[in-house]
Amino acid sequence: MIPVLLILIPLVSGLLTFFIKKDSSARLGSLVAVVATLVVSVAGLTFAKDAANLSFDAEWLPALGSRFTVTLDGMGQLLCLLTAIAFPLIFIATWNTTYPNANRFYAFMLLSQAGLMGVFLATDALLFYFFWELALIPAYFLCSTWGGEKRIAVTFKFFIYTFLGSLLMLVALIYIYFQTPGDHSFALKSFYELTLKPDQQSWLFWMLFIAFAIKMPLFPFHTWQPDTYEQSPTATTMVLSGIMVKMGVFAVIRWLAPIVPGGLWGWGDTVAFLSMVGMIYASLLAMQQDDMKRLIAYSSIAHIGLMNLAIFSTTNAGMQGVMIQMFNHGINIIGMWIVVEIIERKYHTRKMSELGGLAQKAPGLAILFVVIALANVALPLTNAFIGEFLMFTGVFTSNVSKYNYIYTVVAGISIILSAIYTLNMIQKVFFGNTNSVTAAATDIRPNEKWVLAVIVVLIIVLGVYPQPILNLTEGTVNSILSKMITKHP
Amino acid sequence: MKNIFQLVWLVPLLPFAGFLLNGLFRKKLSKSLSGLIGCATILGAFAISVALFMEVKSSGGQVVHLFDFIAVKGFKIPFDFQVDALSSLFLLIITGVGFLIHVYSTSYMHEETSDHFARYFAYLNLFVFSMLLLVLGANFVILFIGWEGVGLCSYLLIGYWFKNTDYTNAAKKAFIMNRIGDLGFLLAVFWMINQFGTVTFSEVFAKVGGTPVMIITGMTLLLFVGATGKSAQIPLYTWLPDAMAGPTPVSALIHAATMVTAGVYMIARSHVMFSAAPITMNVIAIIGLATALLAGTIALYQNDIKKVLAYSTVSQLGFMFLAIGVGAYTTAVFHVMTHAFFKALLFLGAGSVIHAMGGEQDITKMGGLSKKIPVTYWTFLIGVLAISGFPFTSGFVSKDEILLAAFEHSKLLFWGGVAGAILTAFYMFRLLNLTFFGKFRNTEEKAHHVHESSASMTIPLAVLALLSLVGGLIQLPHIFGGHPYLNEFLAPAVKVPGGEAEGAATTEYMLLGGTVIGLAIIYFITRKLYAVDAFSGVYEGFRKVLANKWYVDEIYEAIIVKPIRWIGKKVVLFTENEVIDWIVNGVGKGVQLASRQLRLVQSGQVGSYVLLMVISILVFFAVQFLFKK
Repeated sequence: MIPVLLILIPLVSGLLTFFIKKDSSARLGSLVAVVATLVVSVAGLTFAKDAANLSFDAEWLPALGSRFTVTLDGMGQLLCLLTAIAFPLIFIATWNTTYPNANRFYAFMLLSQAGLMGVFLATDALLFYFFWELALIPAYFLCSTWGGEKRIAVTFKFFIYTFLGSLLMLVALIYIYFQTPGDHSFALKSFYELTLKPDQQSWLFWMLFIAFAIKMPLFPFHTWQPDTYEQSPTATTMVLSGIMVKMGVFAVIRWLAPIVPGGLWGWGDTVAFLSMVGMIYASLLAMQQDDMKRLIAYSSIAHIGLMNLAIFSTTNAGMQGVMIQMFNHGINIIGMWIVVEIIERKYHTRKMSELGGLAQKAPGLAILFVVIALANVALPLTNAFIGEFLMFTGVFTSNVSKYNYIYTVVAGISIILSAIYTLNMIQKVFFGNTNSVTAAATDIRPNEKWVLAVIVVLIIVLGVYPQPILNLTEGTVNSILSKMITKHP
Repeated sequence: MKNIFQLVWLVPLLPFAGFLLNGLFRKKLSKSLSGLIGCATILGAFAISVALFMEVKSSGGQVVHLFDFIAVKGFKIPFDFQVDALSSLFLLIITGVGFLIHVYSTSYMHEETSDHFARYFAYLNLFVFSMLLLVLGANFVILFIGWEGVGLCSYLLIGYWFKNTDYTNAAKKAFIMNRIGDLGFLLAVFWMINQFGTVTFSEVFAKVGGTPVMIITGMTLLLFVGATGKSAQIPLYTWLPDAMAGPTPVSALIHAATMVTAGVYMIARSHVMFSAAPITMNVIAIIGLATALLAGTIALYQNDIKKVLAYSTVSQLGFMFLAIGVGAYTTAVFHVMTHAFFKALLFLGAGSVIHAMGGEQDITKMGGLSKKIPVTYWTFLIGVLAISGFPFTSGFVSKDEILLAAFEHSKLLFWGGVAGAILTAFYMFRLLNLTFFGKFRNTEEKAHHVHESSASMTIPLAVLALLSLVGGLIQLPHIFGGHPYLNEFLAPAVKVPGGEAEGAATTEYMLLGGTVIGLAIIYFITRKLYAVDAFSGVYEGFRKVLANKWYVDEIYEAIIVKPIRWIGKKVVLFTENEVIDWIVNGVGKGVQLASRQLRLVQSGQVGSYVLLMVISILVFFAVQFLFKK
């Protein structure tokens, strides 16, 4: 029952929230709902983790051979936990932000959470597609209704991109469906049992991969992302960057690699090359930015590039690194956004050139942000080090490509570049003297402080003792890798 | 306690606890309490370190398992500490010298407000914690935690006065330069995992023998790239002189007890690998010597008291790498130890001078201070003699050993080393003369203000002066009535094939005689040139090149920083804003145009229509599910 609850709680509460008239009640109700989801998610990890609780199957579209099948495996547990932790943190951190028509805002946020949960849980291709769209559509509304000045144009770009991706994915999934034997089935299991012809795998690979690469986003499919992050309300940006980008990474691992591994073997170097170039490209762009939101957006593209590179290394270490990094990246980037949100609300600017000297006025914020920023540069004993270390190890030790050393070295340069732009940001925002914009600053509110403190504690704890998460995802990694390798031509 | 080794985790944990206490309660703690927490935790760590050292001395070392840090299929990285001769010696240096620097700081930083005072001690404790992790780690990854940790702490402390943009620039430079080296280190670690399936010291070293030399050479060169960053060698040394932006005791900590010695420690720890890679060893010897000479020439014409000392550190580290390059690992470690004594002494002495001069760091504006601040003067003098290699001081014994080792390896390296030693003596005597002799070259007001520092500053100076004087005796050659006790102690951890030979009696006496004569000449020359009434400190011609540090920073700026900026601006930004967006907008327009042609929509708002379509599909799915059967 756990998976159903994880979807149902946000879905039902989201629909109900549309009808709550009072803004503060809508806000409180939403917080109660996401906390309830978190409780269920933790229960699924601890005392209710026997198999019967972790999957659910019901008839849905019998004519199409599609069933409502949802299952929690290790990777699903991890990503659902991320989703479940992220929403309460986001709601509490942005508690003081007021939105026009707040009930609709919170309703869309909750629907988006329901969609995300579904994406991570669905083990039926059509159901997966359904939730994929369910997660995205609220995001369009959130961005186009509550976004910044250029929101309409940006949402349109975002929509064109993701819609194109969704279309490619839908066609590919339906094609694979028709390759399944007998009455055809959309079940993940029957997709996994299928061995497609090499040329089929080759073009199916690109249809699916482009769909997922747009979502990650991966260079050169990324230009929707900095604009969308910049224009969306920050709470939505947190959902987009903290969780939704993981949909792309997740989908490659569950819906691409084991189904069309032939395409992956064939096109691995092309994709790895794109990832590697994208990491440097995005890092160099991050160095050019003056807007904190855009800097973080490009930094995120660089980090996601590494995850993709590590998936294509097809190694245990690399894949484990991706798993733990999906979780950690989500936590860390939400922390970064919270700080940006605080700064923007106080000083009405996100331009680093206009800020400065905040460490004097808001030392608490400075300390918390520095820790989060250090996680962004993957300093040892922060959570991100574990993931990056394992991913780089995976890429280096990979034997699927002749060029793995080159990938490691070039991608490794991004480690240096990340230090440059991250430290630049700290310096420009927090160090130096105050100016007319920042002179009247005060330190942060308790709710913001506590949320950031929780994030900092997660960063350190998972940086010192990551083993529980590695154990959680070990099963998934082994099974995915074995499927990829047994289908090796 | 039955087994003292089981308490080793307390050594780093105590400073870490100090960091947390001072960091979290910085607004509530008084200055004296912050200082007490900072000093007491380090003293506690020192006490345990002494006990560990004694235990290692009597019963040998041990690896202590704490927990599994990272374990995935294929390899495991345990969180283990290795307590043996090498690490226990470093524990003593780090916590011992570190403690003295902490005590000194309580007085030196007293002008700070109490929350910043606590922040300072929190950083200082974190620094010591990181360095302790570095030397205790039983594998390359735990070492790397400390390795990057000291990089972080140097960043925090160099930029301690964060309102000053020059200082925070220096802090940033330190971190980034170190990161460049760290990438080399990390690549070596990945390579080890690939090659050996482990990063644990004992397991890696056991497999070195059966591995092709080329691979070991590659790994060791990459490790050495890491060392050039951390230990300020060519080409990554330029951060260290800028690092003096931090408070002076921090410089003492970075230059003496922590951070820069990490590279030497790491190579001594993995000497099994380096000894198996002759090419790497030659590279190290040459880079070490070149760094010693380059930094030595720069130090000749610097006018900032801390800058002279900073370049002297770079130069002395060059000597250590020269020693490593010729295979004299224990000698390098010995020089780390003696250098820790006299460099901490010199930096703290410089701090005392700066303190007396009310913040003045320019030695052209000092002079004649020997009478006014006698304790500082006498201790500083001992530091200068030690670093210059005055017979039987600690610096003499360790530098003597390095030169002898170089002599046996190659005459060229030996004479290069001698030239480096002469440079050292010259710039240190110049510093001494300009600071303490001649006429006071500053305002009357400053002259009245000059005063000796308080006891919490002078006592650490006295202790370090004593150590600088006699610290070399534990390794005095037989011929002078000594015995290489340190070599014996280190032998189980740093096994050198054939042991480290002592020089023949004639060579020893020649070195001794040469040193005495050389120092006498240098003393008279510098006395004449620099114990003066007026000194401009402005240089022309080639000296200007040296005073401007061979323009290395400018060259880096021109050939590395600027091209990267140019690529970022002209190539990448252009691609992003013009090329990719042009394509995307083209696709967008195409869709819009097509939709107009098809007369699907008249408003052109294709987005909302497609959105409507997708929603309808979703609703259809949902309805199917809800009303099935």
